Amino acid sequence: MPKPYTILLGKTVRYIARLRGGGSALPGLFVERIDPEFVASTLAQLPKGIVLISGTNGKTTTTKMVVQLLESQGMKVFTNRTGSNFVRGVAAALLGEVDSHGKINADIAVLELDEAHAVHFVDQIKPRYSLLLNVMRDQLDRFGEIDATARMLEHIAQATTDSVVLNREDPRVSKISDTIRSATVSYFGLDEQLRAQFPSDDDMHGTTKSMTTFPDADVLLTSFKDDTATFTLDQKPVTTTLKLQGIYNIYNAAAALALVRSIVKQIDEPKLIHALAAITPAFGRGESLSVNGHPLELVLVKNPSGFRLGLQSFAPTGYATMIAINDDYADGRDMSWLWDVDFDSLQEAGVSELSGTRAYDMALRMQYDDITVSHVETNLATALRHFIAANPVAPKRIYCTYTAMMALRRELAKITDIEVIS
Amino acid sequence: MNEKQLNILQLYPRDMNIYGDHGNTLVLTQRAKWHGYTPNLLTYNPGDVFPNDVDIIIGGGGQDSGQDKIQADLLSIKDQLHLLADAGVPMLMICGLYQLFGKFFKTQDGHIIQGIGIIDIETHAGPERLIGNITTHNERFGDIIGYENHSGQTFLGEGARPLATVVKGAGNNGQDETEGATYKNVIGSYLHGSLLPKNPAIADYIIEKAALAKFGEFTPTVIDDRFAELAREYALKRPR
Repeated sequence: MPKPYTILLGKTVRYIARLRGGGSALPGLFVERIDPEFVASTLAQLPKGIVLISGTNGKTTTTKMVVQLLESQGMKVFTNRTGSNFVRGVAAALLGEVDSHGKINADIAVLELDEAHAVHFVDQIKPRYSLLLNVMRDQLDRFGEIDATARMLEHIAQATTDSVVLNREDPRVSKISDTIRSATVSYFGLDEQLRAQFPSDDDMHGTTKSMTTFPDADVLLTSFKDDTATFTLDQKPVTTTLKLQGIYNIYNAAAALALVRSIVKQIDEPKLIHALAAITPAFGRGESLSVNGHPLELVLVKNPSGFRLGLQSFAPTGYATMIAINDDYADGRDMSWLWDVDFDSLQEAGVSELSGTRAYDMALRMQYDDITVSHVETNLATALRHFIAANPVAPKRIYCTYTAMMALRRELAKITDIEVIS
Repeated sequence: MNEKQLNILQLYPRDMNIYGDHGNTLVLTQRAKWHGYTPNLLTYNPGDVFPNDVDIIIGGGGQDSGQDKIQADLLSIKDQLHLLADAGVPMLMICGLYQLFGKFFKTQDGHIIQGIGIIDIETHAGPERLIGNITTHNERFGDIIGYENHSGQTFLGEGARPLATVVKGAGNNGQDETEGATYKNVIGSYLHGSLLPKNPAIADYIIEKAALAKFGEFTPTVIDDRFAELAREYALKRPR
């Protein structure tokens, strides 16, 4: 049980931070300082333990899915739904949920953690279940190398006590099974005919596939078309409509299903599929807003594979496109990654607006792919206004890095309904 | 046929491709085209037959595992690469291949990874990664702007000249204010970003050297580099 004064003080800081309109990290940081055991001791109460979700791409959306799928099975779930996937984000989210005695009213915790933070986390608190999604080149300025990132995921898998769910199609992730001793391993995967649409990091750079045989997957994505997808659950096909957009979100659904199947032994399948059909994307992951009665979509892009899948998932025809690239710490300072994305799909329609601190790096990138750029404005608020004015009727889509998305959301909140992230 | 073809060879794109090295390839092929040449992009991976007609060679950085995969193969084509370098073929080697174009890389535990010794440099594993935005200066190219991310610390011998002097950032080793190294028309550098998009003067220099050697002349076209200039201007204002 955490110390009572931790909760009182932490809740006070959280309240003050909210009044100031601040983010979720500050109260978490405060609690970490005064009571380093707070997170561990609070989470230790949960009867069904902790579920940890990590990997480069898709953590936030997958976590959201897993939470809703577990709730469909009657569980009370605690999660760090703010998208602040650092340990202090978990601390901040816990402060909002515990009562003044430090009791938390939940059966299980589902946490998304950035790879580096997950490694520290599992050294303090062992998760009962973990889901490892993929390893892509991202934030190399922080992590150094992709292989180093893969080793972090390996560490998480080894610390997991009951079961580990792995992406069968990502060679760096599926290989982790060799190093797991105590926990059971299951996989989610793709039907063979879909593989070409989901390149792993090596596939993107011309490496020939090293895997020739694949282990059986507990959940397979078998096919999808428009808003309908077919999964194979334990050899049995299940077809459902989905509100999720983007092929990567649909594959993440297979990951979420596999994880939930490893946690819940007696699944109510109709309820499970019903819940899956109702899930909407997490913020900035293809969410759709309305501006002056016309749709505007935000697509978060953080790394080459995510950007590439985003471009592949959303057809540019008929859409006005804006791209906003910032280079703050959370976005990654190195612009090299833009040169690993193939922008050919934008050639025909062109790009209406470029913005962000590195708008001109993006403009330069467009020049070398022979893509017409109508307007460049580094200031995000000005660029957003110009983009909307220049395209009054057309449906709009904005690809943006993390901090650019947060800034654009603040601007969009002035003109439309948008979920406020605290 | 009056088609003026330039053969651009990319070394080990499969294993040495990290940090946007594709950008350098793209900029060379596009600018060669804009200057009136027909770029012909060739790739060389371990075990391939080394092509005999090559005008430009480029190579990038890799992870430690990628360097392990290509090192033996690189030693096997050492003689061809030395002949081409001595003949004045322009080459651009970034990060990992910059190190392996040198004499050796000494790892943290004292293990020596042999390089091919085209550039007179040696690299020692450092205690920390040198990471961040970097600006250097070279008389011919002006300010060179990019991003560095390396743990190896490189020191130049007498046979190599630094590519540039560090203005902001760490450079070769964080101590002597040099960045990169050159031998004849071979350029080695730690700069990603990618290097060539924001530093088109280096791209044009490489194309010019190749064109002069092959056709005896080079008449540049005026290319609209406004975006490159603005990207440079904004990059200079960013924190390390």
